[in-house]
Amino acid sequence: MEFPVGEKQTAMLTITNLHAGVGDKKILRGVNLQVNAGEVHAIMGPNGSGKSTLAGVLAGRETFEVTEGEVLYEGKNLLAMDPEERAAEGLFLAFQYPVEIPGVTNNYFLRAALNAIRKHRGEPEVDAAAFLKLVKEKMRILHMPEDLLKRSVNEGFSGGEKKRNEIFQMAVLDPKLCVLDETDSGLDIDALRVVADGVNALRSPHRAMIVITHYQRLLQYIVPDFVHVLSEGRIVLSGGKELALELEARGYDWVKEREPALSGARR
Amino acid sequence: MVLEAKTNFLRQFEVVDRAWPVPTLAPYRQQGRARFAALAFPTPRTEDWRFTNVAPLLETPFELPVDSASTVRLPLPPVADAGAVRLVFVNGAFDRERSEVDTSTGLVVESLATAGVERLAQLDQVADSSSQVFTALNTSLLCDGAVVRIPDGAAITPVIEVVWLSHASVRNVTTQPRLLVVAGAHSRATIVERFWGTTTEPATYFTNAVAEIAVGEHAVIDHYKVQQEAAAAYHVANTQVVVGRGANFTTHAVLLGGRLVRNEVRVRFAGEHAEATVNGLYVGAGKQHIDNHTVIDHAVPHCASHELYKGILTDQAHGVFNGKIFVRQDAQKTDAKQTNQTLLLSDDGATINTKPQLEIFADDVKCTHGATVGQLDADQLFYLQSRGLAAAQARRLLTFAFANDIVHRIHVPAVREELEALLVHRNLGS
Ligand SMILES: Nc1ncnc2c1ncn2[C@@H]1O[C@H](COP(=O)(O)OP(=O)(O)OP(=O)(O)O)[C@@H](O)[C@H]1O
Ligand SMILES: [Mg+2]
Repeated sequence: MEFPVGEKQTAMLTITNLHAGVGDKKILRGVNLQVNAGEVHAIMGPNGSGKSTLAGVLAGRETFEVTEGEVLYEGKNLLAMDPEERAAEGLFLAFQYPVEIPGVTNNYFLRAALNAIRKHRGEPEVDAAAFLKLVKEKMRILHMPEDLLKRSVNEGFSGGEKKRNEIFQMAVLDPKLCVLDETDSGLDIDALRVVADGVNALRSPHRAMIVITHYQRLLQYIVPDFVHVLSEGRIVLSGGKELALELEARGYDWVKEREPALSGARR
Repeated sequence: MVLEAKTNFLRQFEVVDRAWPVPTLAPYRQQGRARFAALAFPTPRTEDWRFTNVAPLLETPFELPVDSASTVRLPLPPVADAGAVRLVFVNGAFDRERSEVDTSTGLVVESLATAGVERLAQLDQVADSSSQVFTALNTSLLCDGAVVRIPDGAAITPVIEVVWLSHASVRNVTTQPRLLVVAGAHSRATIVERFWGTTTEPATYFTNAVAEIAVGEHAVIDHYKVQQEAAAAYHVANTQVVVGRGANFTTHAVLLGGRLVRNEVRVRFAGEHAEATVNGLYVGAGKQHIDNHTVIDHAVPHCASHELYKGILTDQAHGVFNGKIFVRQDAQKTDAKQTNQTLLLSDDGATINTKPQLEIFADDVKCTHGATVGQLDADQLFYLQSRGLAAAQARRLLTFAFANDIVHRIHVPAVREELEALLVHRNLGS
């Protein structure tokens, strides 16, 4: 499936014929996607279609084995990099299910992460004072209570607090390519708006975003340039932001009926 | 071989009598020797020592140290607390010069060898030298140690620190550290015991320590043991405690050093409505062997015990946790909780033998126990890496967090901070 790409734009991420799975289970069955700097791409699709798997493969989760295909990130072979190297190169995954890490404070963890990334970029470490200033500013934007900094990473956080914490980390780490996996699930309406504002504040011509979601609602706040439908491990339909509305109205069966050849196709 | 070991120690009995003739201690030595004679060293068939082979220790001919405090100038570990009361022992002998003793509050803190007879009351009565062969050996060779007596109702604010330093340069030496704490009714105090040593190859040393702590009614006593023996050292210890009615006793054993370590903690409730917290952290690398043996005796009703032991083992380190809890027939309304968690960070031979042992003879009690053995959590590791932390750094951070679960419970800031720094720098599992 091709979608229009402005000719002068340079690709930040190019996924070509990506196949991945766990053990014998095939999950991704030939994903093609190009994301340019400045763009926001939404990925929608039924449960189990492989959205989180795609996000995990991009971030470097070892559980998934890539069996075919290629992913270029700023012209480099992303799949050959360790997860920490991908992070240092500017890739950020906001997890669908952020893990709890008892005994490691948010504050310590985030400063260690920021300094690891800065070191990779050849920048000096931030000292405690500068870090606190940066963090306070981002916390204000995301309406995060300050005590969350002192608490262990995600431990005992409510579902919404965890999601907010992901976007907060994203804001502090200042990535180039943001992958948001169902960041809207678990957020109440007010929190959704705050988080979306936080994400929108990060939109820039130098940054790209892949927003995985089930709901059109999020896309009203974070307006995508492109919407893709992932089904059974392939992108079966792509379009502009209107596609999300259409999907919401008609459901995924409509996609299957509309594209019988594609959704039923097997490589 | 075991016979030889006994003969070797019997020879040391004569040495101690000649070199340290302390009349006040003589009767204790005699009683210890009678008991020692009746006891045997453990073999691999001795149930309580199943996972710990003491043969390497028994095969090494240890002697009492001839170096006195004045000839060995070992560096002191950092002070626990600026205002701490501090007793320093070097190779078993009291180092008066480097000790800080302030008795303005009526507190008795002194050397066992110079203490008057009345100050020795309860010595060898809390610790069980009639059934524990190493405790009997310690009593048989008593030459010095620390006596801490806290008057009724006294709240001692400075930390009471007892430092046991050892050094072996030419000969293989053995020391018998002995601590007696008698805390009066309604008293409060914090006691930190530190074990620290150095060796010059091929010499080694054997610390055979006994601590006896009698916690009076409604007293609140906090005890910490930080064991950082030399890598080549042997360390066998028995911390034995009796807890009075309404009292609250807490102990933390942090075991970091030594090649063969056996650390026993025995707590007996002697009065109702008392509470005890028995925690431990063992960190082993190389071929270290660290055996934790705990016994909590709910001899009376309405007492609560909380036990949490955590271990981190790398390389071919071997850990043992044996936690016994006895709930006697009369001990209704007992609340006992035991947890043992071990991280095995190598796939080339780190092992743990964990054995909870609950013997419950009362029916209206709440007793729980749980043991987990595992590796670092893959999802947590990935999460940290996905934020930019290198794999090794992520592993270190998670391992530290695991250990810090014990360390953050330490109420003496200087000890807590020192251990935090130590654990961060010790290359845990990477
Ligand atoms: N570690 C794993 N082991 C086995 N199967 C897996 C594993 N991870 C994912 N899968 C399977 O792969 C398929 C795709 O999962 P994935 O989490 O990518 O779906 P998703 O599109 O994100 O779904 P949702 O909308 O529910 O979040 C599912 O059938 C899932 O059960
Ligand atoms: Mg998902």
